Amino acid sequence: MIANFNIMPLIPELFLALTAMGFLIVGASQGNRSTAVLCWTSCLATAIAALLLLQVSWENQLSLNGMLVIDEFSGFFKLMILLGLATSLALSVDYLYKERIARFEYPVLVIMAGLGMMLMVSANNMLSLYMSLELQSLSLYVLAGIHRNSPKSAEAAIKYFVLGALSSGLILFGISLIYGFTGSIDFAVIRETLEQAETASPGITIGLAFLLAGLAFKISAVPFHMWTPDVYQGAPAPVTAFFAIVPKVAALGLLMRLLFYAFLPVSGEWMQIVYFLSAASMIVGAFAALAQDNIKRLMAYSSIGNMGYVLIGVVAGTTEGAGAVILYLLIYMIMTAGVFTVILCMRRQGLMAMQINDLAGLSKNSPVMAYAMAALMFSMSGIPPLAGFFGKFFIFLAGVKQGLIVLVVLGVLSSVVSAYYYLRIVKVMFFDPAADPFDRGMVLEKRLILLVSVLFVIGFILKPNLFVDSAMSAAKALLL
Amino acid sequence: MDIGIGHFLVLAGVVFTIGVFGIFLNRKNVIVILMSIELMLLAVNINFVAFSAYLNDLTGQVFTMFILTVAAAEAAIGLAILVVFFRNKGSIEVEDISSLKG
Repeated sequence: MIANFNIMPLIPELFLALTAMGFLIVGASQGNRSTAVLCWTSCLATAIAALLLLQVSWENQLSLNGMLVIDEFSGFFKLMILLGLATSLALSVDYLYKERIARFEYPVLVIMAGLGMMLMVSANNMLSLYMSLELQSLSLYVLAGIHRNSPKSAEAAIKYFVLGALSSGLILFGISLIYGFTGSIDFAVIRETLEQAETASPGITIGLAFLLAGLAFKISAVPFHMWTPDVYQGAPAPVTAFFAIVPKVAALGLLMRLLFYAFLPVSGEWMQIVYFLSAASMIVGAFAALAQDNIKRLMAYSSIGNMGYVLIGVVAGTTEGAGAVILYLLIYMIMTAGVFTVILCMRRQGLMAMQINDLAGLSKNSPVMAYAMAALMFSMSGIPPLAGFFGKFFIFLAGVKQGLIVLVVLGVLSSVVSAYYYLRIVKVMFFDPAADPFDRGMVLEKRLILLVSVLFVIGFILKPNLFVDSAMSAAKALLL
Repeated sequence: MDIGIGHFLVLAGVVFTIGVFGIFLNRKNVIVILMSIELMLLAVNINFVAFSAYLNDLTGQVFTMFILTVAAAEAAIGLAILVVFFRNKGSIEVEDISSLKG
């Protein structure tokens, strides 16, 4: 076998890996007083990794003997992941110190998880898929339980761990069947074998079903969503923000690479499964959120619903559908970062206040935050001309073009239902009698993130092509 | 009677099912859940080794090595989380993992 390492395009990942290990040494020798420095240096490290990523070639090429693939699709996803990492790290610092959980492991774990996610979207082999997925998951389990003195955080970690390990088991069982019936774990070979076979053998269908069920856990699609609300509620707020922003983007990148590349010849088999996941997620996401009082739980159901919309684009299975998915994920990520910035400011007398009613009368106490939150909520519910509308619009358009009328109608209906709970937050902020004001003093980084997020949501309409075109060209690289 | 690939697949399927049921039907202790997770991963290993011998291809056995390593890491993290949970609640009964609901 000719060794074709081609390690150059992996420089951003190598850089992050070395950074994380170096930080571990610094942390071990300096202790927890180095946490703030490490957090901010980690932000800087993600920025450097993003610069390195822009320098390396995004041409379609294989790396490490075909273990990883580098193309425009993976490049675009990696940029999104790095953006999400930097945002969630910046959001955490203030919280970690206020809650007295500023441990030096935090930034190291976030970077390790990010490294796993970047490798996930590059995976071109079942082995690299599994290893990167586990690198990400194992870091996330620990992050969910980082608040060691809080029973809720420990419980969230245990639930996340058990169901995450179960989903890894399902994924592995699926991989083993696919390996047995195609004779290879390389995506390109699997695709070739499937193309040559006249019909998919039952072994492959069952393996694919197991694989999809496991991945549905990771993106929290119904009926594999039951961990999401509990973990979102129990984990510390910045960790919840991180969970909501980044891992789903990476898992969807992985899912799209699998379905649109390796399993494209058996698209008839997986489309039915994804169709069902999409419809169920949209409905459950919309209706279950109506009864929630805790805002983190509400965001969990909102993210389940949003995964449902995203999966419409996957079911469409076209370049347009894939482009719409990428665009939706980008918009969703930036909106959610803004919403969680506001959530992280909900603090009274030093304690987090996580009920929706705690937002009552925010428009009188801190009008700027209330108007920013209102803009984000209108965008989340998909009201034009805000960014969230365009995300849904392109997804539905791609669905209609493929004749998925029933699914799109379900999508529109459930987005009407979900508008109720988004707008309820606006109503509580503006029309309910004012509650006690939140603690004053919003740190600079939160102001900055909120500002960028709101500007993006409002200003998206001025230059939509900027994002739509790059999302579409990333999708083209996937569906050659 | 010859032992063929089918027998190994059935064995792996049975062990995997026992693992999955162990997670969902278990009402007592979280340690049992950790054991069930190990059982699932071992079933996958049987599958991989059987296919590897059947296809006369080493990839499956290499994959098994990786799964064993990750399973060890996973068990370590699982037990660590369990210790944190025990310190907070003073119990590792499955019934006590129920303060988050809605």
